[in-house]
Amino acid sequence: MNPKMQAINVSFYYGKKQALKNVSVDIKENEITAFIGPSGSGKTTFLRLLNRMDELVRGTRLEGRLLLDGENIRGTGRDVVELRRRVGMVFQQPNPFPKTIFENVAFGRRMLGMSHSQKLEEIVEKSLREAALWDEVKDDLHHSGLALSGGQQQRLCIARMLAVEPEVILMDEPCSGLDPISTLRIEELMQELKKQYTIAIVTHNMQQAARASDWCGFFLLGEMLEYGATGEIFSRPQNKKTEDYISGRFG
Amino acid sequence: MDKEITPLQPTPAWRSTQKVSPRVTQKIAFTVIWICGVIAILALFVIVGYVLVRGGRTITPEFLFTAPEGGISGEGGIATVIVTTIMLMLLTVVILTPLGIAAAIYLSEYARDNWFSGVIRYGVDLLAGVPSIIFGLFGYVVFVVALHFNFSLLSGALTLVALELPVMIRTVEEALKAVPHSYREASLALGCTKWQTIRQVILPAAIPGIVTSIILTTGRTLSETAALYVTMGGSSALPTSLFSGGRTLALHVYYLAMDTTAFDKAMGTGIILIVLIIIINLITHRISRWYQKRMGIKETE
Ligand SMILES: Nc1ncnc2c1ncn2[C@@H]1O[C@H](COP(=O)(O)OP(=O)(O)O)[C@@H](O)[C@H]1O
Ligand SMILES: [Mg+2]
Repeated sequence: MNPKMQAINVSFYYGKKQALKNVSVDIKENEITAFIGPSGSGKTTFLRLLNRMDELVRGTRLEGRLLLDGENIRGTGRDVVELRRRVGMVFQQPNPFPKTIFENVAFGRRMLGMSHSQKLEEIVEKSLREAALWDEVKDDLHHSGLALSGGQQQRLCIARMLAVEPEVILMDEPCSGLDPISTLRIEELMQELKKQYTIAIVTHNMQQAARASDWCGFFLLGEMLEYGATGEIFSRPQNKKTEDYISGRFG
Repeated sequence: MDKEITPLQPTPAWRSTQKVSPRVTQKIAFTVIWICGVIAILALFVIVGYVLVRGGRTITPEFLFTAPEGGISGEGGIATVIVTTIMLMLLTVVILTPLGIAAAIYLSEYARDNWFSGVIRYGVDLLAGVPSIIFGLFGYVVFVVALHFNFSLLSGALTLVALELPVMIRTVEEALKAVPHSYREASLALGCTKWQTIRQVILPAAIPGIVTSIILTTGRTLSETAALYVTMGGSSALPTSLFSGGRTLALHVYYLAMDTTAFDKAMGTGIILIVLIIIINLITHRISRWYQKRMGIKETE
């Protein structure tokens, strides 16, 4: 089976500073790929390349190719807006809009021109259910999304992203600000979601990577030192540095 | 003044032995601050009290509901002046707000940091410090004379727009910049265009700041005299179109005080002006609060 997304010899520079060195990796369809590594190793940078969020920063340079379904996502004529609809993102800090819960989830669809309110209501409910938030907020849909707890806000952001029906979900340390219970809920959620979506997640939490992912890539100083099936990486790491990192000797 | 050269004096004994303790310094600081506060509040009470006492008697239904009759004794009321003030205020806001927001969006979202935006920002800051009579003369030359708008509501409003635009642009720009970057990222990551992001996320989130900016500039409209003196004429009749002149409350205060003996009526007009400002503030805040609650901008009540 072809990988859903693919990075081929990707290097990335912020000005003169090189943040990624010749990274090649596959992100397989309907599986969860985790990226681990110490902070500053380029995980976020890599993830943001996958839906072209890096273009918000000026003075950067990219080498190599990134593919979605075998097609270059940055070829001439490729539309960034369309790409981001297919490749959604959940950020490290929950960032719901200062809008009602309903409007947060409906937002992407509205921007796509949907105004039919019954259809929108269905989509909002479906997305909130998928994000395992529906039961908690179904009576408060017209309250501000900012009034929710951190864990609920993050699930709201997941629902908001699911509502535009992406194919790939990128998550950048989605649990780093959350309590253990919220974290577990989101991990369970990922297991549900991978049936329909392809997921790439950055995490600094080793147990989370080991528990929740199928594939795992280890970043160090901008290089992808090791990549493989999660079970393999955690039981028989090939690289000494990977072993040191996952056994907690540095990081 | 020549400085006297004082020979080095031995440090006084009390100084060398016992420095002023921090506790005492703190006491002194508190006292000074407290006295300053009291002076400021007293000044406010004295001014408002004086205006109320001198002007209060003149405020009768007749004063509110009849037009000024002119003359050296300042007969009549202020009905037309109140209406003119509100007309000018609305006209100014309607022209000013879209221009100010558009320019602020350009500066904050598109130009960010090129030399052109630098020049604009500098110019805007510079203009904000120019005395209003200079804008008045500019308005007189451009709107009243060159464009043949004559002394009119329109000339007055356009002059005020020129006068207030810099403040509006800078305050709205600040409001836009204060919208967290994470909202922009969230919107773009959903596959929204930059314009959708600005229109649907950034502007609504900046509404409280924009409202403050409108209140600020409206306060300026209500209190401006010099710039309007040379662009609106001073007719106390009700304007019948954008092209007829008129007189605002603040101008009326000026006319009454300078050209008539009705000093108390000037104070009375001042009271009405203050009340109008308070009412407008209250209404605007209400609307803003209602909007924020309905849109879910604020967390809770
Ligand atoms: N916007 C930026 N401008 C310049 N350098 C950056 C920027 N973002 C990240 N970097 C640098 O790139 C490197 C990788 O950062 P990042 O991708 O955030 O790492 P991680 O997510 O693994 O902690 C770091 O050295 C960081 O300082
Ligand atoms: Mg990171």
